[in-house]
Amino acid sequence: MRSSKRRLSEGFFAAARGFTVALAFGAFALSVSVPAEAAPSGAPIRVGGTMALTGPLAATGFVHKLAGEIFVEQINKGAGMLGRPVEWVLLDDQSRPDLTRTLYDRFATGVDLVIGPYATGSILSAMAVAERQGKLLIHNTMGIPKLAKYDMQFPLYQFGYNAEQTFPTKLFEGLAASGAPIKTIAIVTSKFPSVHFLSVGAREVAKQRGLNELLYLEFEFGNRDFGAIAARVRDANPDFLWMGGIGLESNMLLDAMKKLNFTPKNHFHLYPAPAPLALAPEGQGALSMTLFEPHPPFSKNPGATEFMKLYRERAEKAKLPYPDADMQAALGYAQWQVLHAAVTATKSLNDKVLATWLRANRVNTVLGPMRFNGQGNYGDDLSAVKQVQNGKWVTVWPRQSAAPGVKLMMP
Amino acid sequence: MPSATLLGQSLLSGIFIGGLYALLGLGLSLSWGYLKLINLAHFALAFLGAYLVFQLAGVAGLPIVAAVFIVVPAFFVLGVAMQMLFARFAVGEFASLLVSFGMAIIVEAAIQWFWTADLRKFQFELGTTSLQLGTLFVPVIEALMFLVAVTLSLGTWAFLRFTPVGKALRASAENPDIAAAFGVDHHRLALLLSGTAAAFAGVAGAFIAMSYTLSPSQMFAWMGVVFAVVILGGLGNPLGVLAAGLVIGVSESLTMAVTAPTWAPLVSFTILILVLVLKPDRI
Repeated sequence: MRSSKRRLSEGFFAAARGFTVALAFGAFALSVSVPAEAAPSGAPIRVGGTMALTGPLAATGFVHKLAGEIFVEQINKGAGMLGRPVEWVLLDDQSRPDLTRTLYDRFATGVDLVIGPYATGSILSAMAVAERQGKLLIHNTMGIPKLAKYDMQFPLYQFGYNAEQTFPTKLFEGLAASGAPIKTIAIVTSKFPSVHFLSVGAREVAKQRGLNELLYLEFEFGNRDFGAIAARVRDANPDFLWMGGIGLESNMLLDAMKKLNFTPKNHFHLYPAPAPLALAPEGQGALSMTLFEPHPPFSKNPGATEFMKLYRERAEKAKLPYPDADMQAALGYAQWQVLHAAVTATKSLNDKVLATWLRANRVNTVLGPMRFNGQGNYGDDLSAVKQVQNGKWVTVWPRQSAAPGVKLMMP
Repeated sequence: MPSATLLGQSLLSGIFIGGLYALLGLGLSLSWGYLKLINLAHFALAFLGAYLVFQLAGVAGLPIVAAVFIVVPAFFVLGVAMQMLFARFAVGEFASLLVSFGMAIIVEAAIQWFWTADLRKFQFELGTTSLQLGTLFVPVIEALMFLVAVTLSLGTWAFLRFTPVGKALRASAENPDIAAAFGVDHHRLALLLSGTAAAFAGVAGAFIAMSYTLSPSQMFAWMGVVFAVVILGGLGNPLGVLAAGLVIGVSESLTMAVTAPTWAPLVSFTILILVLVLKPDRI
């Protein structure tokens, strides 16, 4: 009796959820794809957020800023949000989590909603403030899922709640499927928290898969000289190098190895700056993680083609050396898509109402459909493996995410 | 146990990075030692120099040597102008720390405005070319950088020690009033020294452009270690700065070769603390 009642209620909720999903898709499609019936009017909906516009994370912060501005402009050219224009109150957090906290405190008044900053440290700072103020926080680059404990936080960096196990497993499966004879591994990693977290996971997964670890090195974030580390990697000469680096570090290590006339047989880089690695000759064949690249199947996601076109125009105008919309740009855009979908579907700016809706519904984004009803509000693992091929990043694994006709290239 | 090749290669790497530390520290040490100005804008100038060399040689296509010969004299003039400002507003030793930090922030913002925060890399063949000596590889640009650091340090030391202008500078730093009584024009010497220090920043910047990927905020990553080099080497002591650069560079590099690379900064700063404890008269 009890179980049939439960089945009945589960069936009802499943149907209701399906209906709501359809409504959400419809609302989103209407608001973004179809020209507006009337221009937005009235007082703007003010959305507060910070971004690393200066400081060491500014290069990627600027990409997020461009992507967010594109979305806000698109919305304001259309019907706006709830018929009102949107104003992004954007402050520079200087890549500093401590400052991020102070700036989000300012948003206690004067804004209707808040939106997340870039990078794990700043997101955690913003999350603490959001929790204290009971605000919804949609964020897009949280690198350590288990630290996101606030129930009204919604992550777009959907690489799995247990990413430290699932992503390395996915990578090694891709390498195995490509026929790469990988028996030995060297892991070189920065102690930057979100990088270190995944590198330690990769180390465990490599052990479980029977790979022989020839070298495990940790270096401080901000290390300037990779000469000695490059010499140690060359001495170890592994079949596979996992470089847990962020920003420039991958290029610095590859440069240092090139000066020793050494190129690793296969190499993965965790969070590299996309342009320098793709454009450097020694970056050829480099592997990395992605959730979006500007080619099918990602470009078939609703709104993606238009977004890619607009982003390229803006990036070229801003003289960015790598003007293609990559994962970071797509994350910056999708964050707004999720906020907009929730507000449109609920016709509300109430944080709790929006959070409840997000937990119960899927949202279609340029990254693909997203859900937030798993552990820690995480949903499906959307991560994929990308590779530099002929000076461009292309997705190579898993097969359903790979660019048409592209395979993981082995040396 | 690390192989002899690994140790040798790491030693070379340490010597070369030590050369860059010395190049960056030389101008800072001179202005701190002789002008009593702790010029944090020195790092900003070095990175501005790096971006200008990148622009002239990497984007506009000028030969690298031509780019360096444009940037270095221009920086001499800039250094003179900066000293005129410092003198005009009578900026003292500790106030200079604050003022020059503000200047560094302004230069960083200007770099970001013109070149954006995105990373810039000056790609040229020589940049990653190495000579092979047995089992060791010697990166050409880094070796050249080391030679330039040695030449400038020795040249500056000799200039300060053996030329009348150098002697006047030393006298002026030791006791400005008595030096002035002997006809030493401190103001003009300060302009010369500040210009020279800025020109050294331009030289360091050129090598940074040739060896590293550039981003505006990177300048701050060098401050700690270069300050350590300057203090360890002794203020206004060009040979000391060179020696300190080598000690810190080699100790960092060998630490990275034989233990966890995370220990590298710990070792170099421990050396600094030990030297300061055992020889507190270095500043």
